[in-house]
Order: sequence, then structure tokens, then C-alpha cells
Amino acid sequence: MGLLGPNGAGKSTTMRMLTGQAIPDSGNIEVLELTIPRQSKQARARMGVVPQRENLDEELTCRQNVAVWSTLLRVPRRERDAAVDRVLAAAQLTDRADSKASTLSGGMRRRLLIARSLVHQPSLVLLDEPTVGLDPQIRGDIWTLIDELRSSGVTVLMSTHYIEEAERLCDDVAVVSHGQVIAQGAPSVLVAEYAGVEALECFGSPERLNIVEARCRDLGFPSRRTGPTLSVLRAESIPLHVVEEFGEALRRPANLEDVFVRLTGERLEG
Amino acid sequence: MTIDEHSAISESAQPSIRAIEPSAFAGVFQREATLFRRSWPATTFGSIVEPTINLIAFGFGLGALVTSVQGIPYIQFVGTGTVATAVLFSSIFAGMYDTYVKRFYWKTYDGILATPVDVPELFIAEGTWIAVKAGLFGCAPLLIAILFGLPPSWGMLAIPFICFLTGLGFAFMGQWFSGIVPSMDAFTYVQSALVTPLFLLAGIYFPLSNLPQWVQTLALANPLYHCVNLVRDAVFGWQLEKDLGHVAALTIFAAIMCALAVRALRRKLID
Repeated sequence: MGLLGPNGAGKSTTMRMLTGQAIPDSGNIEVLELTIPRQSKQARARMGVVPQRENLDEELTCRQNVAVWSTLLRVPRRERDAAVDRVLAAAQLTDRADSKASTLSGGMRRRLLIARSLVHQPSLVLLDEPTVGLDPQIRGDIWTLIDELRSSGVTVLMSTHYIEEAERLCDDVAVVSHGQVIAQGAPSVLVAEYAGVEALECFGSPERLNIVEARCRDLGFPSRRTGPTLSVLRAESIPLHVVEEFGEALRRPANLEDVFVRLTGERLEG
Repeated sequence: MTIDEHSAISESAQPSIRAIEPSAFAGVFQREATLFRRSWPATTFGSIVEPTINLIAFGFGLGALVTSVQGIPYIQFVGTGTVATAVLFSSIFAGMYDTYVKRFYWKTYDGILATPVDVPELFIAEGTWIAVKAGLFGCAPLLIAILFGLPPSWGMLAIPFICFLTGLGFAFMGQWFSGIVPSMDAFTYVQSALVTPLFLLAGIYFPLSNLPQWVQTLALANPLYHCVNLVRDAVFGWQLEKDLGHVAALTIFAAIMCALAVRALRRKLID
């Protein structure tokens, strides 16, 4: 499950409400059939939380970082060593188990942060912007880790403002804007419903694009600005002679970003 | 997982008292112990060397002019008094700086509070940890005073516990300040306006009995004064009634500081 929205949409606040670290002014929250914040401690015992801002203990080694968390997360004493080894292996940090956290690369640090939250085999994992600020190839490593988690049957709730991340990793996406869920469904269903199969990306001068935009409105096709270009959605059903009218244009598959911008009028980063 | 909009029962359903669980303490202690295994030389050095220098400087410097105070050789008077200085320094500063850094810069508490540990458990556990260290560091000046001729006595075995109780109150006080200051710079005010008067007006270096009556009354509100008196009585002879009063004062101080610390830090950490 993914929460897709721009910065400030309320994704992190939602995550903090699920752990009882933010108390809602109104409304009820239930996590794993537990009422939050009243039973948030029980819920937290079954949740793994990966914060957006890293908070590893820099002076401790990878193994010590995870071991400390295994006590905090109440892994039975006899199982702790095995649990620590298991998650270090899953995060491919076995070789670096005895290195201090401060000596790790950005990607390793993020993997350690995720490993730490999995040491008690949670039923629900919250990932707040798990790949923000990482290089693209490192982002791939984190995606693999999340995908393995998902395949192992753990429920993953992830917030992101990266379209690609939501498309690749989420079975279900909630589009969030200004604290509201404005659409929810499988990425492909959302795309089909709100953006159609294809988008037509039109190039040209701003004046020209204004004309194209007005024409689309008359014909009933949704469109959105994508920087210097104009994307016309549901392009598969635009009559060919109209497409020729638009001049220089590129057909591409419709994506979640089209959905998002169409629904909110806002822009995501990345 | 569901989030819905009906708001009727949420507020009445929140109990105000939360259970304090040993396993939550175990987690916080393990973290501190693991970190301490790396940092103990520096922490211990600072907490022991400073009071020791104090003791030697005053003991010999002033001790050359003042041979005895209240029938006690001056170096023994200062040696027992400096125990309180060691406790104060190792608890209030750890409470202030460490708590502030962990909350504001390292975001450690955001991580811990996402595990099954609640705000009161977290800070009572951390305060207790600081107090345990203060209990041990407080004994250093005493050992040095023994080297300089203070006769060992059975009462001395109570000193780690006196130091623990005092350290607990000052650790919570430090935590409380860390939760109410606008920035770390404000700790300078705490140091000048509070810490310095506290240890100068506790009867560590000179007895308060020569000072005006109003100063002596004021000293009753100084937890460190009660600590100093307890330490001296442990070494030179208990005065049961007075000493129970000192213990009560230190206990009340710790309880009030604990409540203030938890309240201030909950405000900072739970939105």
C-alpha cells in the first residue's frame, strides 16, 4: 500500500498517527485491530517503523544498532542473536556487521535502518519515504528489499512522492493531498480510470500550447502542463485528425503522475 | 487498517495513566549500556577528575589556612562535600545536553517511541541510568578523601544510594530544562543562574551555619544541601530524624522533577 502525495500532504503525519506519536484532533484509528492511541504500544510491538530521517546510533556497529532495537522491540532473549543475523543478512550487511554506522554509505545506512525495524518480524511495516535522497542505483537495492518484504506476506505501508516507486512497489495506492485521500486503487486501475491508456505530450511555444489546451477543453479531453510541454490524457481516443492539428507531439503510456496532477492540480517532485 | 472520521469515543477511551513495563526499561538500558561501553572513558574522566581537582585544590589550598571545620579536618570536610559536586555535575548536564541532542539533532527519541516504549518509560529509564552513573561517580571524591586520611566507615556504603537519589532528581531536572529551553544556548543561563549557586550554597566548601539566617532557610530548598548533609552523616555519624527529612526532601524533589520532565518532553515529542 502506498501513500502518494507531495511534501506537506500529510503522509508523515499519517505515519506518526499510526504509531501514536501524533494524536489526531478527531477520528478513530485502528491498526492491526488495535485502537490507536489507546493500544498503540501493543500495535507498535507488531509494527516496524522506518523513519524518513535516519536516526541510527552512529557510534555503534551495525550489529549493535540492530541488537539494541531487538531489545526495544522485545525479541525474546534467546532468539535475539539469530534475529539480528537474519535481518543483517537480508539487508546484505553481514560483511559490515562490525563496522560503525558512521562509516557506512548512504545506501547501506538506509538498509540498516530498514533491517533494524524488521528484527521482530513485524506484521506491518511503515516506510516513510524510504528512498528519498538516494542515488538511482541504490534506490533499486532498497526496492528489492521492499519487494522481498512484500512477497514474504508482510503488509507494507509506504509513503512516497516518487511516481515510479509507487507504480513498481504498490498493490494499492492512495493519492493524498492536503491531508485528504482523494483517490485509491491499484496503480493500473487509477491510471486507466483517470488518465486512460496513453498521453500525448505536445511541444511548442506557450501560445501554441494555450491553443491546444483550449481545444482539448472543448473536446472534453483532460490535459495538464508538464513543464514546457502539455500532456493530453486519454490520447488513445483522440481522433487522428485532431492529433495532427496539435503539431509536434509524442505518445507515451499514461502514468500515475498524470493521475495525480489531474486530481490535485499539484505537482510532485522527481 | 482503517482510518475513519467518527470522533465520538476517541477522547474518553484514552486512559491517562499508562503502564510502566520492565521490558521497555530493558530496551532503553541496553541502548545506554551499549553506548556506555564505547564512551565510558571520556564520561568517567570528566565526572571524576573535575571534583577531584576541586577537592585537592580546596583541601590543600584552603586547608592550609583552615585546619578544621566543625571538628572535622578540612580536607575530610571538603572531601565529603565534593561528593555532591560530582553527583550534580554528572547528572544535570547529562540530563540537559544528552536529552536535547538525542531529541533535537539525532531524532533518537522518534525512533524509540516508534517501538513499544512510551514517553514516561523512556525518560524515567534514561533518568535512572544517569542516576546510576551519578551514584558511582559520586564515590570517587570519597575514595580520594580516604587516600588522604578519611577513616573508612560502614556508613559509607550508603553513599552510592544517596548519590543515586540525588542524581535522579537532577537528571530529571536536566531533562525538564532540555524540554523547555528554546535552544541549547539557554543552558548557559542554567549553569550561571542555577548550578553555580546550588553548589556554592550547599555547605560543600564551608558550613552554612555562619551565614545569615535567611540564606540558611533558602538552603533548605536546595536539594544539594540535603545530599551534602546526608553524605556527611553517613561518614561521621547518622542523625536519624534529620536524615530521614533529607531523604524525604530528595525524594520529593525527584518526583516533582520527573513529572515536569515527562510533561515537557511529551509536549515536544508527541504532536
